[in-house]
Parts: sequence; structure tokens; C-alpha cells
Amino acid sequence: MRGAGRITRPIWVSHWPGLLAAGLLVVLVFGTLVAVALRAEGGRGLGPSDWAAIRFTLWQATLSAGISVVLAIPVARALARRSFPGRMALVTLLGAPFILPVIVAVLGLIAVFGRSGVISKAIGVFGFEPISVYGYHGVILAHVFFNLPLATRLILQGWLSIPAERFRLAASLGMGSRDIARTLERPMLREVIPGAFLVIFLICLTSFAVALALGGGPRATTVELAIYEAFKFDFDLGRAALLALIQFAMGASAALIAFRVTMPGDMGTGLDRAVQRWDDGLVQRVLDVVVVTFASLFLLLPLTMVVLAGVPGLTTLPASIFQAAGRSLAVALGSAVLTLALALPIAALVVQRGARLVEGLGYLTIAASPLVVGTGLFLILFPFIKPSDLALPVTALVNAAMSLPFALRALVPALTAVERDYGALADALGMHGLTRVRLLWLPRLRRPIGFALGLAAALSMGDLGVIAMFADAQGATLPLQMYRLMTAYRMDDAAAAGLLLLGLSLALFWIFDRGGRVDADT
Amino acid sequence: MLTLEDAWVDLGDFTLAADFSVSEGRRVAVLGPSGAGKSTLLAMIAGFQPLSRGRVMWRGSPMADDPAARPISMVFQDNNLFPHLSVTQNVGLGLRPDLRLMREDHKRVEAALGRVGLAGKGARKPAQLSGGQIARVALARVLLRDRSILLLDEPFDALGPALRVEMLDLVAELATETQATMLMVSHNPEDARRIADEVILVEGGRAHAPVPTAQMFDDPPAALRDYLGV
Repeated sequence: MRGAGRITRPIWVSHWPGLLAAGLLVVLVFGTLVAVALRAEGGRGLGPSDWAAIRFTLWQATLSAGISVVLAIPVARALARRSFPGRMALVTLLGAPFILPVIVAVLGLIAVFGRSGVISKAIGVFGFEPISVYGYHGVILAHVFFNLPLATRLILQGWLSIPAERFRLAASLGMGSRDIARTLERPMLREVIPGAFLVIFLICLTSFAVALALGGGPRATTVELAIYEAFKFDFDLGRAALLALIQFAMGASAALIAFRVTMPGDMGTGLDRAVQRWDDGLVQRVLDVVVVTFASLFLLLPLTMVVLAGVPGLTTLPASIFQAAGRSLAVALGSAVLTLALALPIAALVVQRGARLVEGLGYLTIAASPLVVGTGLFLILFPFIKPSDLALPVTALVNAAMSLPFALRALVPALTAVERDYGALADALGMHGLTRVRLLWLPRLRRPIGFALGLAAALSMGDLGVIAMFADAQGATLPLQMYRLMTAYRMDDAAAAGLLLLGLSLALFWIFDRGGRVDADT
Repeated sequence: MLTLEDAWVDLGDFTLAADFSVSEGRRVAVLGPSGAGKSTLLAMIAGFQPLSRGRVMWRGSPMADDPAARPISMVFQDNNLFPHLSVTQNVGLGLRPDLRLMREDHKRVEAALGRVGLAGKGARKPAQLSGGQIARVALARVLLRDRSILLLDEPFDALGPALRVEMLDLVAELATETQATMLMVSHNPEDARRIADEVILVEGGRAHAPVPTAQMFDDPPAALRDYLGV
């Protein structure tokens, strides 16, 4: 079958599972939105604290995205033009915050930037007052911690997408660093940066756990946190619903803007080598060393602190932590299986019907914050059943929906390739329906399936969102239990629980991802 | 009789028309310049390429939509074997697409492997086979499927000259044994001379009716002369 692209071959697998899975997602997002809208009480309008929450949400997302992108530019430039031992490890590390439980990172940031943290102690030696990490600057610091690596990867991809020949041409024309910046680098940045900024803005818009742990009060409450507080402390469902509508409106507007901007893809491929340049000088070299050192410290120090602080407490962890860990594992595994059960049929549908569908679903889940979906589910379930009874299944379901875009991004290209290479053969032999899934798709998709399962499990393991709304004292997951220890100032236990959570999240990802690679026939 | 009745495919910048019949049991070579639509012609017959107009008939009735329900075995240019399945499983797919093979099925697979010279190689994976062996596995599956029509799309182009001749002879033998009607796309006029009774020339947006091989090469039409460079 040559003349690629000419042949529009029907694939002999039913559309129904895919339509069903996509439909379930749409119902989950819009069904809960309807439930929220019906319950929202607009009568009283928005109070001053609500306006403050909206202002803070937009302000911190703008600032977090701006700082992340601005700081990422020199880091990406250094990584693009320097080869040094450990460069690849650092690039890999830049991908790690994605599966890092938010609450663990927050604990690490407190250990570094908190009142009794490393930096406060260091400046205390010189007689300075200790600094605090709680409040708006803590929220922004944590967002930069999570998104500086993402911004760096996106911008680095832009840098490495400039053909090496252009740098050679620049060198042969005798261009200096300024000329190269003007003719090659700034045009690239102008293309990459709006997309990177928007992605991070969207992420920070729906960030809940960071605001829960470090924010709060009139000056650092996001809309998501306000929804949670309206629920948990006032049990004011009408106000929570109104705030949820506002959150959805903000997310949807930002997603619509994002839809019009070319969004960068972070597939993490091809970042393994630096570009050779001829405009090097001592200033650039020193600058790059300083930038890379600071970026590495910024990323590694908090994690190191979690490990150091956590190890002593591991042996004396209370039993409640292990029970919570068990619940978390169950949720993570359930969520991973659910993610795949949704993603594979949707991927099959996309391969047959075109890729716009994936984009649509991706933006849908970004616009729909987990807390909004959670609020809706709570409102739907509340009259019939005690929400805490369903805390774990609901968490697994919402987590699966949020992991879906990432799973699709791994599965769709792989399934497209499988159908391109072996689809006609399978058709000719009559391998239809489940036979095709069993004998062709599952064996050939082992790697992306392993990756998607690992990602979904790790994301769910570390998630602190919906569970906080639904769970009672007995039904907490590990991140929630850890957060409770932190609010009770049992920092040693919290650090040990954090280390356990970190280990379990990374182990889940590693085991699934590895399982997809071992013995895979290529 | 295999009949393409006013069959026409329109892919925007590319069209292909075919209106001819091939008698049962004939071995036909499909020749023509690159991009003329030789593979598309096979895809139309196999059911991979939906027709914009017309129909494909076998023994007077239209063929099913489902490629697997057509009386056709197909050998592709590459990707004839699933790399994650063993040789036995790859051949067994010709008997049962769900691979639930009975003891009797295994015996037939082993016999087919013996016929193509691969006795005892059933447990291997495709990665452990040479190019010639991979082609033989595909032919063993053709034997078991035992369909009336055999379509081959440049099946041996990646093989060296000696091996290629060997495989062509094996294909000719198998086609005779199974009394199959055979259409083979090839780049190589020598292939046609070696095993084909007739030649279909594909050029200028049309697949022409089959012409006896000797006649085609003794008095080549202008398009074939251009292609052959004579």
C-alpha cells in the first residue's frame, strides 16, 4: 500500500466504545456543570471576598506563568548550547515535577524557604529575620517550582528546532551573539513563548493543592480554594456552585484563547544533544554555569530536604498512614485502569475520525477543573448517598478524566502507526473487533500503554483535589493524610509520609513504564 | 472470472479506472510506472480502497465489503508478519483470525510450513528469520487460507536476484497447486516473463485489460516502451 495518505481504508473495529467513552467524559464535565448551575445562588451576587479570589487567581496565574517563562529562557539557552556531564540527567529531571505529588513538593519548599528552613537559617547567621513561605509569594514560588521545568523543556525544544546549519551559516557570516539573538533566537522565542505562557497560565488557574497548603486568607485565596472552603467550612452549596461556575468560565475562556494560539507539544524527544555554536565567550560560559547551577539547586534542594527529613520518621509512621497509603494505591490503580479503558476506545475513534477530537477533549478537561467536577458530583450524589462513601471511586474517576489527554497523546500516534503498518494485513485476515484488540493493538501498544498507565497511576497517587471535598476523617488518601499532618504541625511524620508518597508515586510510574518496555517485540 | 466492472477511484489529484476481466487460474503481472496506481488497483480488488463508482465481481456476483470475506489472499510488500507473534501463530491466522487453534489446526500449520521449506521453524519470531524465510511464512499462510484469488504487491522486491527467482518459482508452484487466479504487481519485466501468462499495464489513469505476456513484450504499446526504455 504505497502512495501514503491516498488510501482511506475503513477500519473494522466498532465506533461505539469510543463514542461511549468520549460521551462519558462530556457528561462528566457538562453534566456536573449543569448540576452546579442549577444550584448556584446568584441572588446575593459576588461578595468582596469572591472578587478578591477571582483577582488573586488571575493575578497569581499571570505572575507564575510570567516568572516561569522569563527564568526558563536562560536555562533553556544554557542547555541548548552546552554539553556537560549530567546534562541528560538534568533534562530528565525537568520532566519529573509532572509526576511529583504537589503536596510533597510543597513540603520540600517549606523545608527550604520556610521560617525554619535552610535559607532562613542561613540568613539568620547574618542577623536577618527568617522569611516565610506562606501567603501569595509561597503560592507563586511553588507554581514556579512546578512550571519552570515545563517552560524550560518547551523553550529548549524551540531552541533545538533551529537547524544546526543556521548556526553554521551565522558563524561563517561572522555573526556575534547579539546578531544570532536578533536573527535566529528572538524570532523562535516569539513563536514559542505565547504557547508556553498560556499552558502554564492554564495550569496555575486550576491549581488547588498549592493554594490549599500555602495560600488562604483574604490575600491568597484562589477560586478553587474558595469553592473548597465554601463547602468544607460553611457548607454553603449555593455559593460553592456559583464559584464553580466562575471557575469554569475562567478556564473555558483561557482554553478558547489557547485554542487560537499554536500550542507547543512536549514529547520529550530529541532533547539529548546540544547544538554546536561558534559565538562562545567567557561571559556566556560563566553565565550558563551560574544559571544551570541555580536551576538545579532550585529543583533538587526541596526534594533532597524531603528525603533527608523523611528517612528518620519512616520506621515510626502511624498505622493510619499505611492505611491511607493502601487506599491511595487502590485509587491509583483503579484510576490507571479507568484511564486506559477510556483512552484506548477514544484513540481508536480518533484514528478513524481525525485528531480534532483529541484536542477538543484535552481542552475540555483543562477548562473543567477537578474541583468543579467534584462540586457537581457532590451535588448530584448528596441527596441519595453519603458522599464520603463514594470518595475513593469518585477520586479515581475524576483523576482518570484529568489523565486522559496525556494518555491520548501517547496512544494516538502509536495506534496510528500500528494501523498504518499492520492494519491492511489484519483486515485481509479478518482480525476484527476484540480479536484485533487482543492480537494486534495490545501487543503492539505495550510501550505507550505502560507509559499511560504509569502516568495515570502516579498522577492519581499524588492527587490532592476532589478527595479533600469528599473524604471524611476515616477515608483519607495518603496526600490528604499528609496534608492533615502538616496542618497539625507534625512535620516529622508529614515528611516521612511525604517520602513514602514520593517513593510510591515514582515506583508506580517506573513499574508500569518499565513493564511496557521489557520483552516488547519491536 | 474476476471482473472489474466500470470500476473507478477518484482521490482528488489521482484517479484510476479499470474495466476488464481476468479468467480463472491465470497468472497475471501488473506492470507500469511508479505512481501510476498498480498498488491502488490491487487495493481496489482486495477491498482496501473503496470505489467511487463501479464494482468488483467474482464468478458473476459482487464481492463483500469486508476484505476478509472476499475470496482473496494477499501478500504485501512488507509487514506481512506480525512481529509479536510466532511463525506458527502468523501462519495460523490464515485458519483462525482469533488464533484459537485446535490440534488439527496445528498439524495443518506444520504441514504448510514443511511445504514452503520451513519445517520445525514454527516457534521462531519474525525477527529471527531472514528476508527469504519471512516471504516463505507469508506464502505458507496463503496456502492455508486457500482462497481463489492471490494478490501480491511487489512481494520480493527487497530480496536479492537469486532468492527472488527462487521465490517466484515457489509462488508459481503454489498458485498451480491451489488453482488460484494470481495478480502480482512488479517493477521488473523479467518477473512477468518468468511466471505470468498475461500482463495488465497500468498507466495514464487506467488499468488496461490483460494481454498475453508474449504479445505484450513482442509488440509493446508506446507506454510500455517508454517504461521499459526500449
